[in-house]
Amino acid sequence: MDISTQNPAAPPALPPDVERKRAARGATRPGDRVFLGLSRGSGIFVLVLMAAIAGFLTYRAILAISKDEANFLTSFEWNPSGVPPQFGIAVLAFGTVVSSVIAMAIAVPIAVGIALFITHYAPRRLGGTIAYVIDLLAAVPSIIYGLWGALILVPHLDGLYGWLDDYLGWTGILEWNGGAPRSMFTVGILLAIMILPIITNVSREVFRQVPRMHEEAALALGATRWEVIRMSVLPFGRSGVISASMLGLGRALGETMAVAMVLSPTFDISASLLDPGGGTFAQNIASKFNEATVMGRDALIASGLVLFVITLLVNGAARMIIARRKEYSGANA
Amino acid sequence: MAKRIDVSGLNAYYGSFLAIEDISMTVEPRSVTAFIGPSGCGKSTFLRTLNRMHEVTPGGRVEGKVMLDDENLYGAGIDPVAVRREVGMVFQRPNPFPTMSVYDNVAAGLRLNGKFKKSELDDVVEKSLKGANLWNEVKDRLNKPGSGLSGGQQQRLCIARAIAVEPNVLLMDEPCSALDPISTLAIEDLIGELKERFTIVIVTHNMQQAARVSDRTAFFNLAAVGQPGKLIEIDETERIFSNPSVQATEDYISGRFG
Repeated sequence: MDISTQNPAAPPALPPDVERKRAARGATRPGDRVFLGLSRGSGIFVLVLMAAIAGFLTYRAILAISKDEANFLTSFEWNPSGVPPQFGIAVLAFGTVVSSVIAMAIAVPIAVGIALFITHYAPRRLGGTIAYVIDLLAAVPSIIYGLWGALILVPHLDGLYGWLDDYLGWTGILEWNGGAPRSMFTVGILLAIMILPIITNVSREVFRQVPRMHEEAALALGATRWEVIRMSVLPFGRSGVISASMLGLGRALGETMAVAMVLSPTFDISASLLDPGGGTFAQNIASKFNEATVMGRDALIASGLVLFVITLLVNGAARMIIARRKEYSGANA
Repeated sequence: MAKRIDVSGLNAYYGSFLAIEDISMTVEPRSVTAFIGPSGCGKSTFLRTLNRMHEVTPGGRVEGKVMLDDENLYGAGIDPVAVRREVGMVFQRPNPFPTMSVYDNVAAGLRLNGKFKKSELDDVVEKSLKGANLWNEVKDRLNKPGSGLSGGQQQRLCIARAIAVEPNVLLMDEPCSALDPISTLAIEDLIGELKERFTIVIVTHNMQQAARVSDRTAFFNLAAVGQPGKLIEIDETERIFSNPSVQATEDYISGRFG
């Protein structure tokens, strides 16, 4: 049976081949066709856009890397305009990953704590006020964070650095030799503050959507408030918190201006996170792009390709974590 | 161990709204007491005052006395969390913890109460699932998620979870209203078995169900929307359904209500 013949609004007398074509298309009304076209077009557009970015980055990156006389992945050099050109992304990859990891380690627990406080502990009015302030934080442009970081945060970190050196200096990675605190660690702190609002906001929305009946199930068993959170709220919000963290991580990996303003970039990796120096992909591109030669730009684009790939890998990993727990997600409850 | 519930002069509020007014009744141990009445008459609210769940609703507050044997649940220094470990509850919609397996769902209450050996937990889980007539259906998939069971199985899982901690009282808030007739029958049979061990209070919209499962029935009503709900009468179920002493009860059970 043909769908269009069941439709009383469809004109009854059409040549059979037209009717067959319409049935095969599924959508017969102009509104449906327009909407189908628009939504399919949007979907395809995203794929094309992604492919175009990847294609552009790959093309220019190949131009640069084919002329690179040093190992692109392991070299500590960045001299693409030299003769011969020598550049590698080791320092940038290290700096980007390390500063983001520090930022996540600081921001995720605090953000989850704030979100839980707003949704489950604070009186409604106080919770609303805090949520509003967090929203404001999210709207602050990153250049402002950069200014604040350079002018306020950096001059006030000596105490924290000294304390870390006293108690954790023996680990080597938190040893401080008294240099200016324009280090990867400071960048991590600043990035943590910058990604805090987005992680908090998304986590808050997820925690707010925990079905009342799941919380009551725990309460009725004699769970304390913390136990309700542990048994009902956190498991339900788990995948949401992971997504929120990935959004934050995406911002941390790509953050440019604030990092450039706080860091004193050098092209080496120091054992201690508290030593000044290092660099990140985005910061390095922003600092060098304007004065770069054609070859220099291609080298920077090659480093951008690596950032792009890292971001994709991070997102893929997050999706795998979420998918692995899908049957326990509560979506089918 | 089943305990007697003795309520006197109980009012429950949502903010400044008085939801139920001046309720007094006695619920006998090892019996099933059913609450019936029209929607909004406060029977669920009253049920939730019996394990101090009413006060977790924003604005919820209770006046009066609920004695569990010789202990006032609303007395000074009584921890509501401890009350809820003693008075179990089953909800209208099955609500197993979606992130937990069948086994973990049943063990959840015990784990709250302290550390148990694996073998002890195994015993309690098996005993509780058998007590809820669910063991044969799930014994091969104890490690599968509880939310993968059918609705009726989920509700029996919730009953198993509630009885695993050996409460003194089991409250059931319309436990069958989301279930098909066959699952409903399974739960009703189960209630008949559980009353050997527990004091059971069940809220139901289904009068036949009240007649089938309960020993005593309480009828709640409200004068008008916005007025507080009140207990009209409580008596032997047989008497309520054959020869109630209040006209309003007879009107309600014979369908001449409102």
